[in-house]
Amino acid sequence: MESIQQSPVEIDPGFSNLVQTSASLNVNACFQCRKCTNGCPVTFVMDIYPDQVIRLVLLGQKEQVLRCSTIWVCSACETCTTRCPNEVDIAGTMDALKEMAVKEGIQIPQPKTYAFHKAFLQDIKKRGRMFEGRLMQSYLLKSGELFRKLADGSIKEEINLGLKMFKKGRLPLLPKGIKGKKEIKEILR
Amino acid sequence: MKVSYYPGCSLEASARDYQESIEGVCKRLGIELVELEDWNCCGATAAHSLNHRASVELPGRNLVIAEKGETDLVAPCPLCFNRLKAAEKALLNGENGDYRYTIEGKVKIWDLADFMAQEKVLGLIESKVTNLLEGIRAVCYYGCMSSRPPKVTGAENCENPMSMDKILTRLGAEPIDWAYKTDCCGASHVVDRPDMVFKMVGKLYQRALEVGANCIVVSCQMCQANLDIYQEKIGAELGVTVDLPIIYFTELIGLAMKEREVEKWLSRHFVDPLTFLGEQDLLARSWV
Repeated sequence: MESIQQSPVEIDPGFSNLVQTSASLNVNACFQCRKCTNGCPVTFVMDIYPDQVIRLVLLGQKEQVLRCSTIWVCSACETCTTRCPNEVDIAGTMDALKEMAVKEGIQIPQPKTYAFHKAFLQDIKKRGRMFEGRLMQSYLLKSGELFRKLADGSIKEEINLGLKMFKKGRLPLLPKGIKGKKEIKEILR
Repeated sequence: MKVSYYPGCSLEASARDYQESIEGVCKRLGIELVELEDWNCCGATAAHSLNHRASVELPGRNLVIAEKGETDLVAPCPLCFNRLKAAEKALLNGENGDYRYTIEGKVKIWDLADFMAQEKVLGLIESKVTNLLEGIRAVCYYGCMSSRPPKVTGAENCENPMSMDKILTRLGAEPIDWAYKTDCCGASHVVDRPDMVFKMVGKLYQRALEVGANCIVVSCQMCQANLDIYQEKIGAELGVTVDLPIIYFTELIGLAMKEREVEKWLSRHFVDPLTFLGEQDLLARSWV
């Protein structure tokens, strides 16, 4: 009979405490009722479900949880956090995990989402306020979407949308800056 | 009545219609909006996704500015409102104690729709209604951030908010009850994962049509953009003609008060609300 070779599972027993350090996320209170997952509007694009994210955190499965798509496709609608009977801040945990994944230099499985968040923060760092026109340009560049859209011709749709917004008076050409820009730069240092 | 006002970044650009309607309506109602001096971006989803400390400090700076005044603070963008409330909670709890700002917590932060649905403001609105919005059968779509999580927002009934429903009733419109008031539209994922947003918004259209709505009324400019801009495309993917104007509740208040500028605000939308409102004899050409 063929013997089954099981590789030992690496457990990081302090992981759940580490995840909780930055905020009152309360992950240790999870008793796996799955209410979070049942109410989640974006499970259709998740690789693991929200209750599994929490379970993996508790089991110290750091690698698996930091590499999942779920934390990035979460739309931060806060339904899970609102409905959790044990007051686990599930959406807040997704944020803490994203921040940790970036710090650990993990290859982000949803690069476009990550590129958008980065472009957003860089945009407000410049002037203290977000300027949509500029943000979209830098997102298209940073995410590589510009080249893809140029190659497949779908850039036309972006341009038409921009033109239509401009005609409707909803796309100003010049951004507004604030006096306290330096303070904002320090916050986002 | 005087209040501090935090417009937020998108009201300076893509949500100009929302901004103009808020200013126009508040002026008529005698509500003086005092824009927060030198306000900055709240950091939105990007900050709370990548930098927890900044997600408290960015709105925190605005709260420090607001506390220099004596009045309540009103935010029309539900995400800005949510981030301001989250920062207030974090700063008052002194979570980790390492934020650069401290606040006293003396300024009440309002979501605009909740502010306008206070009994005293409803009375004021009602006294100025000269154009009853008969024929408007609307579902009110609140989205996520003015309600959830209630521990942060202080929402009275986060699963079934009523502020816009109450306002519409006073305007003579018919708000239709539906179960999708606070279902997510996908928000900023429209940029990086439009496939997700199209699916989520498609579901909202279907449910709104099922209950017989002839328009969707919103208080969030992200919801408005996601439901308005791509409607034709999403409808084509679903194989149905949707044709649901996505109207800000403030635009409807303006219309009910016969505000002259209202057609200008509405002309900035993608799905044309003017044809629909004209058919209901609600536009200036039908005003006596």
